Amino acid sequence: MKLTLKIWRQKNKSDKGGFETYQLNNVDTHASFLEMMDVLNEQLIEENKIPVAFDHDCREGICGACSMVINGRPHGPLKGTTTCQLHMRHFNDGETVTIEPFRANAFPVLKDLVVDRTSFERIQQAGGYISIGTGSAPEANNIPVNKVDADKAFDAAQCIGCGACVAACKNGSAMLFVGAKVSQYALLPQGHPERMERVLNMVAQMDEEGFGGCTNTGACEAECPKEISVANIMRLNREYISAKLSVERE
Amino acid sequence: MALDSKIPSGPLDKKWSQYKSSVKLVNPANKKKIDIIVIGTGLAGASAAASLGELGYKVKVFCFQDSARRAHSIAAQGGINAAKNYRNDGDSVYRLFYDTIKGGDYRSREGNVHRLAEVSVNIIDQCVAQGVPFAREYSGLLDNRSFGGVQVSRTFYARGQTGQQLLLGAYSALNRQVKEKAVELFTRHEMVEVVIENGKARGVIVRDLVTGEIQRHAAHAVVLATGGYGNVFFLSTNAMGCNTTAIWKAHKKGAFFGNPCFTQIHPTCIPVHGEYQSKLTLMSESLRNDGRVWVSKSKGDKRKPQDIPEEERDYYLERKYPSFGNLVPRDIASRAAKEACDDGRGVGESGMAVYLDFADAIKKYGKDTISSRYGNLFEMYDKITGEDPYKTPMMIYPAVHYTMGGLWVDYNLMTNVPGMYATGECNFSDHGANRLGASALMQGLADGYFVLPYTIGDYLSGEILTGKIKTDSAAFDEAEKNVRAQIDKLMSVKGTKSVDFYHRKLGKVMWDKCGMARNAKGLTEAIEEIKKIRTEFWSDVKIPGTANELNPELEKAIRVADFIELGELMCRDALHREESCGGHFRSEFQTPDGEALRNDDQFAYVGAWEYKGENQPQELHKEELVFESVHLTQRSYK
Ligand SMILES: Cc1cc2nc3c(=O)[nH]c(=O)nc-3n(C[C@H](O)[C@H](O)[C@H](O)COP(=O)(O)OP(=O)(O)OC[C@H]3O[C@@H](n4cnc5c(N)ncnc54)[C@H](O)[C@@H]3O)c2cc1C
Ligand code: SF4
Ligand code: FES
Repeated sequence: MKLTLKIWRQKNKSDKGGFETYQLNNVDTHASFLEMMDVLNEQLIEENKIPVAFDHDCREGICGACSMVINGRPHGPLKGTTTCQLHMRHFNDGETVTIEPFRANAFPVLKDLVVDRTSFERIQQAGGYISIGTGSAPEANNIPVNKVDADKAFDAAQCIGCGACVAACKNGSAMLFVGAKVSQYALLPQGHPERMERVLNMVAQMDEEGFGGCTNTGACEAECPKEISVANIMRLNREYISAKLSVERE
Repeated sequence: MALDSKIPSGPLDKKWSQYKSSVKLVNPANKKKIDIIVIGTGLAGASAAASLGELGYKVKVFCFQDSARRAHSIAAQGGINAAKNYRNDGDSVYRLFYDTIKGGDYRSREGNVHRLAEVSVNIIDQCVAQGVPFAREYSGLLDNRSFGGVQVSRTFYARGQTGQQLLLGAYSALNRQVKEKAVELFTRHEMVEVVIENGKARGVIVRDLVTGEIQRHAAHAVVLATGGYGNVFFLSTNAMGCNTTAIWKAHKKGAFFGNPCFTQIHPTCIPVHGEYQSKLTLMSESLRNDGRVWVSKSKGDKRKPQDIPEEERDYYLERKYPSFGNLVPRDIASRAAKEACDDGRGVGESGMAVYLDFADAIKKYGKDTISSRYGNLFEMYDKITGEDPYKTPMMIYPAVHYTMGGLWVDYNLMTNVPGMYATGECNFSDHGANRLGASALMQGLADGYFVLPYTIGDYLSGEILTGKIKTDSAAFDEAEKNVRAQIDKLMSVKGTKSVDFYHRKLGKVMWDKCGMARNAKGLTEAIEEIKKIRTEFWSDVKIPGTANELNPELEKAIRVADFIELGELMCRDALHREESCGGHFRSEFQTPDGEALRNDDQFAYVGAWEYKGENQPQELHKEELVFESVHLTQRSYK
């Protein structure tokens, strides 16, 4: 099939950037979206142009590297699907496809479709862990975990750290991402001792990075490729309030 | 040169505990004076960096992705082995050890493998304490499943995302050390050279992938945890960025390369579907627990699977290997699929696929049970192929998946270059000629959490008086100069063909002639063809843009240049090993019924290759494998 691609091109962080239009005449419907981008880049190299930079690695929907806003939607039109797992059979012959980077205050563009998501890293460093040193763990089955909680914790832990939730949100909020991590540990007995510090530190770092507040639009859940539930935001709020209150009481 | 594996003396099951109680230690005050560089943030690298940071060493850790959490370990699906024997089904440390040695077709070291089996139990404890959400039973206790090549249930899993959950656990431990300022993390940085001074590893040269800046970093020890090199085949199940550059550069600076030709071809991957294909997708081996593999009994059968009656189907694994059936080890399952397709009985448009059928399992257990076991895998298959495996059998074909070969290391995980270590998939050590499913995650975490933190002290205790390593030495000057020269040379070719063009070409030669079946004629041809590809690459590659910016084409070019050289060595290694073992199948050496024919008298050794200079063939060194506990037999899964 034939496609017209309108792609955001930006040389580097300080460049203003803008859209460029490209034609692809022979796109295989079985190809993945990123394979289509590979074909475009081969064509650009052939024409002595600069290929489009984009993040990707696993191409299996699990590493969270791929990003891109496709026709206005982070990771494109398919529910619960990363860009690398999106296939061209979901587009129409002759269609114009607009491709932009994930945009947010806290995700500056580095080049073309590549953004800097290290703000996420710093949030995790602020408290996204259980403080257990190597070698000091008790026997695993001494910590039984109720299956329902274990499954819920797993659902939250599936977050791939891609940032689509932020890109989808008009406030550029990271509440879904932070809520997922806080929930995983709040649901497991292992996470309880540091529960309060964790949520306070992570939220403080989130605010410092310039992510916006949550106004309950639900756009994050709708665009999240792992379908992380907004229930995790509610749990984050509860955890935060109870931690705040108990700190004030002390 | 004699290779000393430094396996401690004493009975097999006492070696590690005795070693630990006698190994030299570095006291806490001195640890602060010691710098360690870790390259890689996969299971092996992240666990090592976090543990070394906790011990008090000053650690710098690097990865090429934009986050440590995106290392390729994240993609592992099926599970991780541990000899916990929670099922009371007869598992033990010895059995895990024995299965691994046997599964590896007797080409790994007893001492290393036994240690791996011993520490496997600690890994599960560690991960659970970190909050890794493993699958559980209604009792609240941990669940297990079985995996190919063994007869016990010892595999722990987190739905189909075990690697993700384990890596996020190691990543969280790493983040904690970053916050404590014990570890400094560099993302989007690629190591492009090692620095060796007076025979010892003293640092690395890295390229900042965003700015193109070339940087020097010094340390008292360098740990490479850079993963496998399966992308030498272009198409593999590895992530796009997986590469050999770090270990290849180390090899060219003196580190021996062990068993480079030992490659694992995984039997259950989604078949190739087009010219533009960029990678292959694995369907977890756990599917073989319930899926039945079959093709038609007759050649060129183009009927739909539903239209082929039961009696005209050949469930060839169940037929040939009645006791293991669909659960034979990977090398055997892969070769059997290739045989069926070569025999003209392959399915699908290309005829290069076999069926993996869940109809019987769905009938027996119900759709819900099957969906709770494999739901996300079925969904992934549907997304990629547009077909629903609940309704029609999956089509699968083998694909390159894992490299057992890698840098030669001794019992301490140190290469033959003092101060340079290799852990995880990038070393050669534990899996012999074939790795069992769910054992790579186990090895990566064993190395990083429980082995290296001990063994590295043995060397570093001799470094406490060295003082800070400086980056303005002649060795650093020289290393940086080489890096700049290589990049300048690549940028100045200004040829006509893209990097991928050469990578695909190399991949095709490797797959056709150094893939699932190999022979002397093909390998000899391959060596010549690769030499030609190398000449063409260096005279006609085209890299747009400049070296001082984010430039993915330049990143790929640096990696492919190394893959080309490695490919040649793999073919040489495969050519010299005149036997079949595990994943290395030489068609000249097979039993009358087509199984791998080992030659223990001549080849029960590790082939470790020494770099001898540009355009010189590498020199082979042999580390004889000594088996004290297991008796070498012809592997049988019948
Ligand atoms: C699809 C798939 C499924 C799998 N499933 C399983 C399974 O179920 N069970 C199992 O046991 N095993 C499985 N494996 C194998 C297993 O995942 C890997 O062997 C293992 O994760 C490798 O871990 P590692 O830490 O050695 O390397 P990786 O996880 O590959 O990490 C390598 C690290 O090195 C860095 N790096 C590499 N080169 C450089 C460089 N030049 N400069 C800087 N940094 C560099 C990368 O950034 C990365 O951080 C699977 C593999 C694949 C491909
Ligand atoms: S919550 Fe969803 S969208 Fe947000 S980072 Fe995690 S996986 Fe991506
Ligand atoms: S490339 Fe890894 S999730 Fe898309």
